[in-house]
Amino acid sequence: MNKSKHFSWEAMLCVVLIASLALGRGLSPDFLGASNFSNLLADFTEIALMALPMTLIIVAAEIDLSVASVMGMSSALMGVLWHMGLPMPAVIVTCLVAGTLAGLFNGVVIVKFALPSLAVTIGTMALFRGCAYLLLGDQAIADFPGNYTLFGISNVGDSFIPQPFVIVIIAAILFTVLLQATPFGRSLYAIGSNQTAAHFSGINVARTKLRLFVLSGFMSALAGVIYTLRFSSARGDNGEGFELSVVAAVLFGGVSIFGGKGSLVGVLLSLVIIGVLKNALTLSDVSSEVLTIVTGLLLLSSVLVPNLLARWRESRQRRALAAA
Amino acid sequence: MTTPATPPRLELRHASKRFGEVRALIDASLTLRRGEVHALLGENGAGKSTLVKILAGVHQPDGGELLVDGQPCRFARPSAAIAAGIAVIYQEPTLFPDLSIAENIYMGRQPLDRIGRIRYDVMEQAVEEMLVSLGVQLKAAQLVRGLSIADQQVVEIAKALSLNANVLIMDEPTAALSKPEVERLFAIAERLRDAGVAILFITHRLEEVFRLTQRITIMRDGAAVHFAATSEMDHDSIVAKMVGRDLATYYPKVDVVPGEVALSVNKLTRRGVFKNISFDVRRGEIVALAGLVGAGRSEVARAIFGIDPVDGGEVLVQGKRLQLGKPALAVNAGLALVPEDRRQQGLALDLPIARNASLTVLARLGRHGLISANTERQLAAHWGGKLKLKAHTMDVAAGTLSGGNQQKVVLGKWLATNPHVLIIDEPTRGIDVGAKAEVYQTLTDLVQAGMAVLMISSELPEVLGMADRVLVMCEGRITADIPRSEANEERIMAAALGQAEQPLRRAA
Repeated sequence: MNKSKHFSWEAMLCVVLIASLALGRGLSPDFLGASNFSNLLADFTEIALMALPMTLIIVAAEIDLSVASVMGMSSALMGVLWHMGLPMPAVIVTCLVAGTLAGLFNGVVIVKFALPSLAVTIGTMALFRGCAYLLLGDQAIADFPGNYTLFGISNVGDSFIPQPFVIVIIAAILFTVLLQATPFGRSLYAIGSNQTAAHFSGINVARTKLRLFVLSGFMSALAGVIYTLRFSSARGDNGEGFELSVVAAVLFGGVSIFGGKGSLVGVLLSLVIIGVLKNALTLSDVSSEVLTIVTGLLLLSSVLVPNLLARWRESRQRRALAAA
Repeated sequence: MTTPATPPRLELRHASKRFGEVRALIDASLTLRRGEVHALLGENGAGKSTLVKILAGVHQPDGGELLVDGQPCRFARPSAAIAAGIAVIYQEPTLFPDLSIAENIYMGRQPLDRIGRIRYDVMEQAVEEMLVSLGVQLKAAQLVRGLSIADQQVVEIAKALSLNANVLIMDEPTAALSKPEVERLFAIAERLRDAGVAILFITHRLEEVFRLTQRITIMRDGAAVHFAATSEMDHDSIVAKMVGRDLATYYPKVDVVPGEVALSVNKLTRRGVFKNISFDVRRGEIVALAGLVGAGRSEVARAIFGIDPVDGGEVLVQGKRLQLGKPALAVNAGLALVPEDRRQQGLALDLPIARNASLTVLARLGRHGLISANTERQLAAHWGGKLKLKAHTMDVAAGTLSGGNQQKVVLGKWLATNPHVLIIDEPTRGIDVGAKAEVYQTLTDLVQAGMAVLMISSELPEVLGMADRVLVMCEGRITADIPRSEANEERIMAAALGQAEQPLRRAA
């Protein structure tokens, strides 16, 4: 039952994907061109990098709303460190470490004090964003070395695949294996479905959660670094509001907000759909406000539709029972 | 028997109810008359609670009919049952602790004056009178916080009476009461009965049935199987009807010569919960931990397994000291805990059987750190086959299984760890008779293969039927250690209630 429901959700996503591709083709003749496709893929690099750990977190019935702020903080830190004269590799490593520590902070507060991650990460969302502004104020740093920023904007060889997207592909494979085929991934479903039973089964729930938030911090910082290089601009407000898109992508991918259900395949499909829709709407000069509305509608429908489906199934089952 | 002129106060005919795959009631019938105390008997899982919830309007039956004073009737919600004069007193009262007794009784319908202020004087006077008429020493203005369970039940009864209830359903009211408290409750029940109230009384203690009730309805596997006047029945005939088979084959106990000590607990203490708990369990032995609900038995089990913290003492598994506080270490040392509440603590109900079965062995199951869904299914199918699990595939959600099959999944996931010691808390709570017999057979097979079993159970027949040795707990201490040959209901209950051990009566 569980399984068939996921299957049908993913099948539905495939249909939606085809529909949105058709929509894009209809709206603009440039849509299926290689250069546009390249833009499309590049555009969801950061969202995808943060949606991967977010999927694991939501499967475990937790949430991390601070991802975009960690991303912004790592971007701002990158600018500051570069201006301090650190060599670029050291700058990137430091940013990644800082993001990881930010995730560790989230995890420790949530686990040690047994607090809801929703409340904690709303707090740290403001906290880390504040740190980002503190680091850089409202200035932007744009003079990163050319060979690094070139990585952000060039494709792999002659293909239409942007170089940063390669990182997304590698990360997606790693996270899929991690969630679907390792003891760690299995324990996430158990924790999300029934944390008490997971604890009674000898699963170290606290340690598992801590690792999740550390992972999320690292990936958010990575997203921050790539975003900064792509746009060659370190700013405190980089990625502001991205957490909404990330959570929307995960939920629209069929991951239950109540935990215990969902797969990365669905989330990857949903990421592509959102990317396609955004791109198609941008090409046809639809304003960014409409894009936000679309994101909101996707988010709502991904929570509502399964709920309505379940109710419909239940009532049908009850009617069948009454008839029997 | 002669037919009385007035129709029964409450009558349920051939009621059925199912929850998903689980058929909780198949054919439940009950007739309740004014001025009687009627016992509803049956093992856990027989369907008593579902029947009570139908009478209380919490559940609606799928089939059958309900008559109140001879009129067909349907309770769509609890308020409809209350309006019909039916009140349920649950085992654990649900009162507001920070309000007074009077405020609790008049919650939602306080007497008001003209400008809408609560008339505390009127309210408290009415409650005061009611408490006096029940013959209890309680004050209307007293806060509920701090009252014993027994006193809270009295408040619930007073609340029911103030709602003009004349059908009282008491769901195991005596389970957590001391002997004097039980006597006081009985006095109240008799007083109400003589005033014409119909009382449905659910209990597991048969001596209470003979002491208080006039008629009996016995349920088994979701159906009412026997109706009789209490005076026509005796202990053995009631148990035979409840179990539905011969007791000797029901408990397939075999004598195993105990081997070396597998689990040794030394002076385990958790402040305010249990103190100086010491005992050994040997290979091939089933040791029962008996006592009243709340005596601290499950807490001891959880502490041994590392879920609850301890303040002192030690646990040795196979002679090696176990570092407490970490369930993962307990699992590695060879401990397994089948918890008392399988829905909350035992299973991830939304996940497939296979995913549940692998939870305890995730690290061992992996090859190069990776787990395949097939390996999981094979593991689940292996244990499912051994335990006679009834499920179409290992991919269905555990929550859709019946109680007995759910218990087999929990048992299976622990047997998969190949433990030395199995701690099993209420092994047969809420499962049907057939599954019970299979669980007992499994326990017997396991001890024959040399496992040590610590069985926590509130059901005396189960304790007497399966245990080689009975430890009894009362208020956080072990008050008796009784070998199988000397164990009987009286000795266990006496120790469970904290009464001093009587000198042993030995047959000549």
